[in-house]
Amino acid sequence: MSDYNAVSTVEAPGKSRTLAGDAWLDLRSRKVFWIAAVLVVVILVMAFWPSLFTSVDPRDCLLARKHAGASGGALFGYDFQGCDVYAKTVYGARDSIVVSVSATLVAGLIGLVVGLLAGYFGGWLDALLSRFVDVMLAIPFLLGAIVLAKRLSADPQSNGIVAVIVTLGVLGWTTAARVMRSAVIEAKNQDYVTAARMLGASPARLMLRHILPNAFGPFIVVLTVLLGINIAGEATLSYLGVGLKGDAISWGLAIAEAGPYARTAAGPLVWPSVFLAATVLAFIMLGDAVRDAFDPKLR
Amino acid sequence: MTDIRAHLDALPGVDPRAPLLEVRDLHVEFRTRDGVARAVNGVDLRLNPGETLAVLGESGCGKSVTAQAIMGILDTPPGHVTRGEVRYRGVDLLRLPEADRRKVRANRIAMVFQDALSALNPVYTVGFQLAEQFRMHRGMSRKDAKQRAVELLDQVRIPDARRRVDDYPHQFSGGMRQRVMIAMALALDPEVLIADEPTTALDVTVQAQIMNLLAELQQQRGMGLMLITHDMGVVATVADRIAVMYAGKVVEEAPVHDIYARPAHAYTQALLESIPRLDLKGRPLNVIRGLPPALTDIPSGCAFHPRCTYAREICRLEPPPAYRIAPQRIASCHFVREVLGV
Amino acid sequence: MSDVVLETRDLVKHFPISKGVVLKTQVGAVRAVDGVNLQLRRGETLGIVGESGCGKSTLAKLLVGLEKPTRGEIQVRGDDLTRLTGTALRRARRNIQMVMQDPYTSLNPRMTVGDIIGEPFDIHPDAVPGYGKARAVRDLLDIVGLNPDHINRYPHQFSGGQRQRIGIARALALRPEIIVCDEPVSALDVSIQGQVINLLESLQRELGLSYVFIAHDLSVVRHISDRVAVMYLGKIVETGNDVAIYDQPTHPYTQALLSAVPVPDPRLRGHRDQIMLEGDVPSPADPPSGCRFRTRCWKAQPHCADQEPRLELRQRSSHPSACHYAEPRITTRHY
Repeated sequence: MSDYNAVSTVEAPGKSRTLAGDAWLDLRSRKVFWIAAVLVVVILVMAFWPSLFTSVDPRDCLLARKHAGASGGALFGYDFQGCDVYAKTVYGARDSIVVSVSATLVAGLIGLVVGLLAGYFGGWLDALLSRFVDVMLAIPFLLGAIVLAKRLSADPQSNGIVAVIVTLGVLGWTTAARVMRSAVIEAKNQDYVTAARMLGASPARLMLRHILPNAFGPFIVVLTVLLGINIAGEATLSYLGVGLKGDAISWGLAIAEAGPYARTAAGPLVWPSVFLAATVLAFIMLGDAVRDAFDPKLR
Repeated sequence: MTDIRAHLDALPGVDPRAPLLEVRDLHVEFRTRDGVARAVNGVDLRLNPGETLAVLGESGCGKSVTAQAIMGILDTPPGHVTRGEVRYRGVDLLRLPEADRRKVRANRIAMVFQDALSALNPVYTVGFQLAEQFRMHRGMSRKDAKQRAVELLDQVRIPDARRRVDDYPHQFSGGMRQRVMIAMALALDPEVLIADEPTTALDVTVQAQIMNLLAELQQQRGMGLMLITHDMGVVATVADRIAVMYAGKVVEEAPVHDIYARPAHAYTQALLESIPRLDLKGRPLNVIRGLPPALTDIPSGCAFHPRCTYAREICRLEPPPAYRIAPQRIASCHFVREVLGV
Repeated sequence: MSDVVLETRDLVKHFPISKGVVLKTQVGAVRAVDGVNLQLRRGETLGIVGESGCGKSTLAKLLVGLEKPTRGEIQVRGDDLTRLTGTALRRARRNIQMVMQDPYTSLNPRMTVGDIIGEPFDIHPDAVPGYGKARAVRDLLDIVGLNPDHINRYPHQFSGGQRQRIGIARALALRPEIIVCDEPVSALDVSIQGQVINLLESLQRELGLSYVFIAHDLSVVRHISDRVAVMYLGKIVETGNDVAIYDQPTHPYTQALLSAVPVPDPRLRGHRDQIMLEGDVPSPADPPSGCRFRTRCWKAQPHCADQEPRLELRQRSSHPSACHYAEPRITTRHY
């Protein structure tokens, strides 16, 4: 009864480990994770301490410099208002990141709760929640966003950040909920969930220990995609005049403003776009690495 | 129909005296994340018309991969045939131009899978799927093709075939679905039928029906049947010859009566002894210790040596040669004599 | 009778078939289990055989509480599980555990082996032995023949047979008296099946366990079982000790089932008189009247359609058989 011929290597018995602990050990050895993590950290630092990257005030604009090329101080040249594109891009990180990350978290949270409840309990609750999701999906995004954002940012003093976050979050959770629901339904029918149910595990335990960890993979992918959509969504709203306003600076706003001049001066359009793309890519890579790390089969 | 046969008979290298199907020194590798998995490591097989050859082995022994390589349905990548020949009447299919190869496989070699439900397209009626073959390969009219489909369903003994020809795959029971699969495989009158675990998913009473049907159809048509299975009971009831596979190699090949009476390879012997027998009631079953090897890390020498009770130093160091112990018997074991008890 | 640990009385499970989305109306029922009486004694193995759709897996789910019976009683040590509630039910349920069929899907891929085997203790903290959970888990691994140092590994790092040992360890954690084994070796290779069967048998001897052993492999069931019950369309059609069922079956279905099993001996080819059953098993949503096997039975008489044969001792049967015309059949059969 003692054929310990399982696996070749012998490891120290040690104490019992956790999935999160093992995931971290795994992440540490992944190159992609470190590249993505460094990028994300740089972007976050840029978002919160932009003065570390530039000493130029992005609001110090001179029409005389309109579309001037790169020069000593201004790496990326000047935009149509004669503002320093580099400085604007650096300062734009904050609002772009704050808005998109917060909106994604709001949407993710709503989607997670709705998807988990609908998928786990099924029956009339699932029918009710799923129809609600259908109704939400039927609302044209732009129309809904304009109405909602306008109502939320009625206060002329506000810069519109909270309004945009709430708007994007409330309108954007449906895909996450649908993906979560189907992942939960798949996971809850697995034999190991049945085994835990047989042992007398409570619904909370089944959901948190068995179903959620196994349903998280597709959900994380949706969130990383949603992050990119939200950055673009903020830009759209800002362009339409119901997004960020006043003296707010964001990549979306900058791209929107530079659009009409793209033929004469590409720089003001290209640079914020590059930063935006790099940010989205970094978050997608990070999401991918995290998802893989939490799947022991891929280690 | 005759023009296709004529075309195939004119392929370069056709030899009327060659075996119907012959596999020589076949090697298949899978490139995976954990390294190269050597799924098939030099398999030799021969199949004659009217003969049933059972390829027996446990999961991961390479029996299904061998069949896929013969059929040319190997997933590439990750799978690659790295060496060897698959000869149909002397013609090496692996070196044939793609178009000819497809013609041979469509018309002369057919396959039945374990899971009939996923092998049939759920959105078409079985009649349509059968008729499509005749229209595509035989140029039949819609009406004639449908008529042939009904005849075929009748041949595999599906009751009320004329009505059922318009049913969808999910409307058939497991056993009936496997009959439809067999009808599909037989549609173009193949000379070789490869059946990969055709009854594993079925109940025993249905299994008996299907195996009888296969045996009967084979006799009527004089087909060569290659039966891939892990079930030693099924093998004993239908096979003429057996090839036992372990870790991607044929370790023993023999006529069915010889192998059950006196296995010549230590693995075959251990496998037969592990079947629950009446005299072992109340006592532990005989087991083969340890596990089948990982294909990325096949043991040196004889791959079975870590689990073998006969194993000695030589088994670890040298791969055993294929000993011919009788005109039709081959065994690759350093201790053939001891296993046979001579 | 004192040593009966598990008993079911007229156990019934019907799954309603309903039509309509909003206003559901029941249009029928799948009679998965339809009046099953069985008894399991201490230290005994009761084998249950039958083909897919006969209700054996539903029966297993009823026994371990995964499904609620439509009718009938499940008594564990004299307590009727269908009437207990709350803490009493939880305690009674601990006594009956299950080993599942597929070792690849029955273990959570994101939990370590230690967490999987320790989970029963997390759910039932009062079942943790005095020496602590960590030691208990290591002991369990040792008992099922796995290396206790592997508690931090994940299921996919083990082979199928080893995973099934992990499943057995989980089932043993709460020290049950009864284990329901639902096709525990059918997903494993022949050379590995024996290892798991031997483990189950030695655990039974050492721990005094009682098994309900459900399988479709008749030779494995014969090897491990003391008594065998044959199921067809939700009912037990014949029951008796292993010799009675395998050597002197008196129900036509049992006879057909046994004759269909391929015997691993080519010398018997053509010498066994095989009974070929016609057609398929009827739908359990609409079973035949009277005897449910009559539609495929070669002995059927008009009488069989009218009166349902009860599972009882009969003149020409040494053991209970649910056939009006029960009698042994002379055959050459070797197991």
